[in-house]
Amino acid sequence: MAHSEHETRVFTEQPIGRVGMWWFLASEVMVFGGLLGSYILSRIAAGGWAAETAHVNTRIAAINTLILVTSSLTIVQAHAAVEAEEHTRARKYLLITVLLGLGFLCIKGFEYSIELGHGFTPASGLFWSYYYTMTGLHGLHVFAGVVVNFVLFLLAGGRRWAAVKQRVEYAGLYWHFVDVVWIFLFPLLYLA
Amino acid sequence: MTARAVAKATPEPHHNRHSAPQSFWRKYVFSVDHKVIGKQYLALGLFMALVGGFTAYLIRWQLAWPETEVPGWSYVEPDFYNTMVTMHGTIMVFFVAMPILLGAFGNFLIPLMVGAPDMAFPRLNMMSFWTIFTASCVLMASFFVPGGAAAAGWTGYAPLSADPVYTGVDWGQNLWILALALEFSSFLMGGVNFMTTAINMRAPGLSLFRLPLFVWMQMTAAVLFMLSVGPLIAGAVMLLLDRTAGTGFFLPARGGDPLLWQHLFWFFGHPEVYVVLLPGFGAILEILPVFARKPIFGYRAIVYSTIAAGALSFIVWAHHMFISGIDARLAIPFSVTTILISVPFAIMIFSMIATLWGGSLRFPTPMLFALGALATFLIGGVTGIFLGSAAVDIFMHDTYFVVAHFHFTLFPSALLGGFAAIYYWYPKMFGRMLDETLGKLHFWITIVAFNCVFIPLFLVGMGGHMRRIYNPLQYDFLKPMQPIHEFATIAAIVLLLGQIPLIVNFFWSLAFGRRAADNPWQANTLEWATTSPPPHENFAAVPTVYRDAYEYSLPGNATDWLPQHVPGPALKAQEQAA
Amino acid sequence: MLRWFPENISTYGGDIDAVFSLIYYIVGVWFLLAEGALFFFVFRYRRRAGRAAAYVRGERFSELAWVLVPAVIVLALDFGIEAAGGPVWARVKEDVPEHALRVNVRAQQFNWNFIYPGPDGQFDSADDVTLENELHVPAGRDVEVRLESKDVIHSFFIPNVRLKQDILPGRTIRAWFNATKPGRYELPCAELCGFGHYNMRGFLTVHSADEYERWLQEQWPAAAATAALPAS
Repeated sequence: MAHSEHETRVFTEQPIGRVGMWWFLASEVMVFGGLLGSYILSRIAAGGWAAETAHVNTRIAAINTLILVTSSLTIVQAHAAVEAEEHTRARKYLLITVLLGLGFLCIKGFEYSIELGHGFTPASGLFWSYYYTMTGLHGLHVFAGVVVNFVLFLLAGGRRWAAVKQRVEYAGLYWHFVDVVWIFLFPLLYLA
Repeated sequence: MTARAVAKATPEPHHNRHSAPQSFWRKYVFSVDHKVIGKQYLALGLFMALVGGFTAYLIRWQLAWPETEVPGWSYVEPDFYNTMVTMHGTIMVFFVAMPILLGAFGNFLIPLMVGAPDMAFPRLNMMSFWTIFTASCVLMASFFVPGGAAAAGWTGYAPLSADPVYTGVDWGQNLWILALALEFSSFLMGGVNFMTTAINMRAPGLSLFRLPLFVWMQMTAAVLFMLSVGPLIAGAVMLLLDRTAGTGFFLPARGGDPLLWQHLFWFFGHPEVYVVLLPGFGAILEILPVFARKPIFGYRAIVYSTIAAGALSFIVWAHHMFISGIDARLAIPFSVTTILISVPFAIMIFSMIATLWGGSLRFPTPMLFALGALATFLIGGVTGIFLGSAAVDIFMHDTYFVVAHFHFTLFPSALLGGFAAIYYWYPKMFGRMLDETLGKLHFWITIVAFNCVFIPLFLVGMGGHMRRIYNPLQYDFLKPMQPIHEFATIAAIVLLLGQIPLIVNFFWSLAFGRRAADNPWQANTLEWATTSPPPHENFAAVPTVYRDAYEYSLPGNATDWLPQHVPGPALKAQEQAA
Repeated sequence: MLRWFPENISTYGGDIDAVFSLIYYIVGVWFLLAEGALFFFVFRYRRRAGRAAAYVRGERFSELAWVLVPAVIVLALDFGIEAAGGPVWARVKEDVPEHALRVNVRAQQFNWNFIYPGPDGQFDSADDVTLENELHVPAGRDVEVRLESKDVIHSFFIPNVRLKQDILPGRTIRAWFNATKPGRYELPCAELCGFGHYNMRGFLTVHSADEYERWLQEQWPAAAATAALPAS
């Protein structure tokens, strides 16, 4: 297979994985941009949704924000460790990132269960439609990131260290993106 | 970035790997070779074109002879007619034009034209194909679910599309949304691959402004697609949830807004027109200089115009919505931006025509298709001005004038351009020449029949004929136009039958065609610098590029072409003029 | 070619047709020039023995001017077209006249319901009169239609009046026209609205002033004596 050869065939100063990841993230920005834009316009048209936002749990979301920001920090640490060729430390930080991501998902699931327990479903009005769609889509992205990070954690222990090296950086780019999306979702859904 | 980086890059030793035996499955089905994947896209696109062509036949027959049985089918019912118009648009735009122009030729040509052994991410490339293959299967399956396939128009306007009670179509519409979402993800992966390959995998010396224009067009199309489809992916998720989870994004009864869907759809929809159109232009731009034996006229002007048109396409979407109920004061700004697009397109078209000036033109089939595309696209271009004017659009919106207009933009660029591409690159793809007689027969039937189908539709559109009308005889004011419909339908049947020479030619030449030389058209770009068909990993050694892509009839040169990879003087226009 | 239009019977329809003609002649000239150049070049520069192609790259300004100057003219004409079309758009779509005769339109799959205020001249009262697929207006008067939809998007289209306006469920959209010529005209739905879309046909009947009076009295004879033209 030609794949590995391409990774070494670099005609510009950027590795292809990085260029590809930036383009991927650019299109992802447009997905969430479309969703956030729709939400903001609908919210203005509906006159605020103050009553609905009173029912979301800001405290749980704040904890989740903290978790996700921390996980961004740990994946930076993992990347730094990879750069320094410190395998054990890299694996440790990848595992922490995975656990923080899982923690985020568990807490989010707990939060859903509270809201559903109060009878707020996606069909309970436009705010709740947006709320579940946006956090759900974000949650799927978190889940994908957790899987990717976990695979990297497994690979980093084996003989395929070379293949893992650059990918930790790309996974980090993606993970930061997921984090940034949440940084937008948190104020729009919980604080405003 | 390029000049410095390219200078630093050094050719590497080439690892010859195609001695490794590969199973049939690895080689032809789950291949990571961009050339095989390109052919898979071509096969998929041509197959879907048959399906799309058949829907066109049913639609046209129904319009011409509404109260009769369609030969080879049965009576068409009103809801089935709506399914046909929906599926025709969906299939032709998303499952024919895009797979052929971007999927097949983008895949096949970008690595060859930039001198790379393959796409940047070969496995992602394979995944893109199998994703759109799955999408096609989902779309085809939707015909067979209870309630039938989607019937809300290819634009899927909510609330018609958002609640099954309005069309009676339940799972058909859900599968339609799913198929589109899969198709979008497929081309997102493709776009990442195209951009990364064109940016990063270029051969030494191949600076951005030495790239063939085809690559520029593919790059612009990829960027337009990647930056415009996101909101519609979000919209598709929302629409699916409206239908299945009880949300109300687009349903007024639940607090939603139908216009939101239209904004999301057309924010993507207009750039999408250029996603389909630009690669076809790219093929035409490759073919014109080769068969005029002249450099392309105004290379940089064309590149800048393309980028300008692409940028403008993000701020024109509401011209599809002039009379949709948006604030009337928004119409004029969008009308102005829309009509401004005529300027970059005028520059592109005038440059193509100017390329012919002073040439030594020869007219094999690819050139005929390229010229035919250019001549007919002009009609599509100028009729866009009518629709871009908000005042005229009050009357013309949703009439056959619109139908005729967009067929005159997309048919020349995507289909005629696509045919030109097939005839031009077939020798490189399959190592055989296509038959010229059959090719010319195909060209003349296609070009004449196409004009006979769609020029009359401008007239019925001016007569106020609404789109998507199952039975025009219901209206007294449409009855006098019925002979025009009959004429257009006969022409459409000729147009469809006129594709038989292509099919025959395609398969006959595959087996019995004359063996193609490596560079049968004596062209300059890198894809002709390797064998026909190219080996696995494309080039025996990484080519080095010495000059621009279109140095034909260079004064003082022994031949009238000078390939990009042949050592010699690095030529610039200014030096040559001095 | 312009004769293909349906007969215009509204005050502003002529303006729309005039913008169409203006664009028609402008782009017609451009179209003929471009096609002419294309076909002429194809004929004139076909391959002939002993003549090589010219090496012209179109990168110098003196060459590029052949393309750029026409493009600038295109730009100027674009603004001319917008300048002509803008006021027409504003007249038809932005400025709904005051004191127009008002009819409420409620579209549904697959019918037009035209709601008249009835003898009391007030909408949403018990004596409102709903006519199915029949819109009657007097000639020469501004008529305001308030468009609503019960289910999906429909489009209110009167070809002879040159009026088209989509109707969105959940909103009330105002449109207007002034028909000048008595007669009976078809009123199709122009936006795909379901399987019966093709059959969603209404009629606009334009009466002369006297005839309209008579028609009104037929509709609600009880109040014949007092019924003035219902005003909004």
